[in-house]
Formats: sequence, structure tokens, C-alpha cells
Amino acid sequence: MTVQAPTRPSVVVDGVRKSFTLNHAFSLKDTVVSWIRRKRLTSSFRALDDVNVVINEGESVALLGLNGSGKSTLLKLVSGVMSPDGGQVLTRGRVAGLIEVGAGFHPELTGRENVFLNAAILGMQRKEIEERYEEIVEFSEIEEFIDQEVKHYSSGMFMRLAFSVAIHVELDVLLVDEILSVGDAPFREKCRQKFEELIAQRKTLVVVSHDAEMVQKLCTRGVVLRRGKVVFDGPISEALGYLE
Amino acid sequence: MPLNDRRDLLAGVPRADFDVPGTSRGLIDVIRWRYLLSLLVKTGVSTRYRNSVLGWTWSYVRPAAQFFVFWIVFGLFMTLEKGIPNFAVYLFSGIVIINLFSEAYKNGTTSIVGNAPLVRKVFLPRQLFAVSAVIVAFVHFLPQLALLIVVCAALGWLGSVTLMSVLAVVAAVVIVMIFSLGLGLFFGAINVRFRDAENIVELLLLLATWASPVLYFWTMVENVFPAWVTRIYLLNPLTVGVELFHYAFWYPVTDTDLQLPPDLGWNSLWALLISVSTLFIGQIVFRRLEGRFAQDL
Repeated sequence: MTVQAPTRPSVVVDGVRKSFTLNHAFSLKDTVVSWIRRKRLTSSFRALDDVNVVINEGESVALLGLNGSGKSTLLKLVSGVMSPDGGQVLTRGRVAGLIEVGAGFHPELTGRENVFLNAAILGMQRKEIEERYEEIVEFSEIEEFIDQEVKHYSSGMFMRLAFSVAIHVELDVLLVDEILSVGDAPFREKCRQKFEELIAQRKTLVVVSHDAEMVQKLCTRGVVLRRGKVVFDGPISEALGYLE
Repeated sequence: MPLNDRRDLLAGVPRADFDVPGTSRGLIDVIRWRYLLSLLVKTGVSTRYRNSVLGWTWSYVRPAAQFFVFWIVFGLFMTLEKGIPNFAVYLFSGIVIINLFSEAYKNGTTSIVGNAPLVRKVFLPRQLFAVSAVIVAFVHFLPQLALLIVVCAALGWLGSVTLMSVLAVVAAVVIVMIFSLGLGLFFGAINVRFRDAENIVELLLLLATWASPVLYFWTMVENVFPAWVTRIYLLNPLTVGVELFHYAFWYPVTDTDLQLPPDLGWNSLWALLISVSTLFIGQIVFRRLEGRFAQDL
């Protein structure tokens, strides 16, 4: 690989370790019983083991690997939902996560109210949301239902609105977790174009997906994880090849 | 291939440009996120009585039912009414402020678990949920307060409103809200890992009505217990809240020899201090446990 023009890191993952403690005892009775039998009460599961990744500004990177390889955990550490046990994670600029779209939607509120609520959850201020409101609704293509309660939406409409809100957040780094399967083919194509627009604006994209075709189109680099370790880091086509 | 020499990588951009994701500055961040806070409060208030025919009327029905039961049992059966003139007003002013506490404390405790999908997936200052829960409780307290004012006005209370009584109401509300936010943060954080917290809170709330002079007069405590117990009893932020409400609503419309506890002003300051300390401790515990919320939920 040749060294390109100045590379400015957006995300630095430096020697990160993360373990989860699994509880085997769920009640006082369990605790006492296993204590008497001298069984261990907890066991620990290492989700990430000394992971080092640097993602530069304007790069679009796919995190690849089988289920349970630690991709989503890594994304959660970058978004700040979880913190690492060892090492450190650094990010630069506004980080927004498309992690499970629609987590902040309230079924009893209308589409309009949900747009404001969810955009605020993702860190936007009132003025920003008002400025982008039209754009968000237009992108979602559900103008006529926007004043209805979200619980009456079909799942496709729901996901489209949620996705549309998330993608219009002002950001420098976008984290995407397995949501590219949203909606029908035309809408997916529209999403892909939106992502490409973001890449053209030199935004940084980190994608977790099993959709090889989509990843191949969007990303230039692939990081393959296996059992919490980085086993490959390089151009996307080679990464996908490595995975197979 | 990237990495290995971190110094090199960080050379292009000063370290100060980077943030560590997931760091929050606790309650201070709530101010920065005030727009979201206002939306959360609005959502909490507007969705509470969705799909119910009587809607906001329930905010009156509950305290009214509570009031009548207590009034009949304690006022009429146990003839407290004869000992405490205007017992109905005495009772109701206490119930109103205790309800504010119960509601705020309970909402605060369940706020983190109740918002589990968000806490697990998006990073935002989690204190927001507890703070909005307490504010929602305050909004539901307002109609009850209005009802109390109407009743007192009918008894000719308006003529006796003074600056001091208004101050007493504000002080009581502030003390009780800070106290319940502190407890809510503390138990809300523990509740994530140990759901026992919710049951402990239920238990404490059951005691709250009896641990403050809502149904009886404070001198009854003094008559039975040693002086130091009475002293502690009077410093309880709930006792202070209730007595401040008695001072504002019951005392002016009642012709009586009964005296409110001495040093109510000083006790209020102490209670405020206790509430602020509770908030401080709650905040420390919350921040300690906050890092594990996403994985424990």
C-alpha cells in the first residue's frame, strides 16, 4: 500500500480489551447452592482481545466476521455505549450511530413528534431539526402518514422513518450496524446513494454487515474479526475473500 | 498497513482533538441536553393517559380516594378531627406533597430500566431519564396543588396569603424534588443490576406516609420518643416538606392552639442540605455504575 496524502485518524482503537461477566446465579438460592457445591458463580467471556484499528478521516471500513466475533461490541465501544476494560478508544468529531434504528421511537407519538424526539436523542438541537425536517420526511417517503401515530405504521414505514432521521444527523463519523437490509429494493438503493454522498463529503463510515454485496460497493477497507481478535485488515475484496 | 506506532498516527492531529466516547459530566450534561429533556418530559406527560377515557381526571381521583379513606378512618373513626381542627385540609396538604415525593421517587427509580432499549443502544447522559421522570411527577402534582388551593380559597385562605407562605410552598417542593431525584438516581442505578431496588422503594414509600406528620400531629412523636429521635424526625426532608405545606395552607385558615414544630426555617435549611447531599451521593453512585448499564440491562 502506498502512503496517501496526509491521513488524519478519526477513530483510534488502541489495544482494546473487553470481557463480559456471565452470571450463573440469578437468585440468592442459586448463589448459596453453588457456593456450597463450590461451583463458580460467574465466568468471563472475552469479546475483544487486544484490538488495534485506526480509521482515518474519509475512510469507509467494514467490520466483518461471524456472529459473536466481537464486531458489534467494537462498534458499541466506539459509540460510547460501553467502555473498554483495557486500552483506549478515541474518536474525533461528532459520532452518530445507526445502531438499531428506531430504538428511541415512541409508538404512541405521531411520526412528526418522533422525528423530533429521535433526532434530539441522536444529539441534534431544535434549530437543526427544524431546518432538516422537510428533508427527513421527504427521504422517508411517508409524508401522508406523518401525523399518524407510529404504532399504526407498517414495519417498513417505521424503519424508513427511523433510518431517515438517523442519516440526516450532522456527523463526522457514522456507525452502521446491520441495518442496510431496511426496506424494499428502491429504498435500499436510495440509502446506498446517501451513504456514497456521505463518503464523498469525506465522512468516516464504519459498517457492520453480513451483506457482502452491499459492503463491497460501499467500503474500501475490511477488518476481519475472529473471536475478538483482528485477523485481517486490508482492502475490502481481499477481506471478503479471507472471510470465505 | 496501519498502526503499530501510535505516536506517528497521533502526530498529524493533536490529542486534544480527540474525545473518549462514553464520558459524561453527569448532571451538568443535562443542561446541555435540555432540548431533549423538554421532549422527554412532554412525551412522559402526554402519553401517560393515552387511551384512557378519563385521562387527567385520574390525577385527581387517586389522591381524592386516598384522602377520603384517611379522613373517614382517622378523622371520624379515630376522632383525630377533634384534636386537629380543619383536619381535612391538614390531611390533604400533607398527602399532596407526599404524593409528589412518591411519584418522583418511583419514576426516578424505574427510569433507567424503563428506557432500556435506548440505554443499551445510544449514548446519551442517562441522568436525563431520571431528571425527566422527576419533572413529569412535578407536572402531575400541579393539578393536585390547584385543588388544594381551591379548597383553601373556599375557606377564606386567599386573604392570608403572605410572601412567607408562598416561599414555604416553593421551598417544600424544591426540597422534596431534590431529595427524590437523589434517591431516584441512587436506586435507579442499583435497579439495573438488582431489581430488588424496586421492591425496596415500594417498601420505603409505604413507610413515607407514616414517617412524616401527614395523618397525625408532630407532637405525638415528641410525646412518645426521646428528644433526639424527635430531632431526627423533624430533620427528615419529608417531614419538613409536609410541615411547610401545613404552614402555608392549613395554619392560616385554622384557629388553633396547636403549634407547628419550632425552628421550621432552620430545619428547612438543614433539610435542603440533606437533600442536596442525597443528590450528591446519588449522583456519585450513578456515575460509578453508569458504565455497566448497557451490558447489565
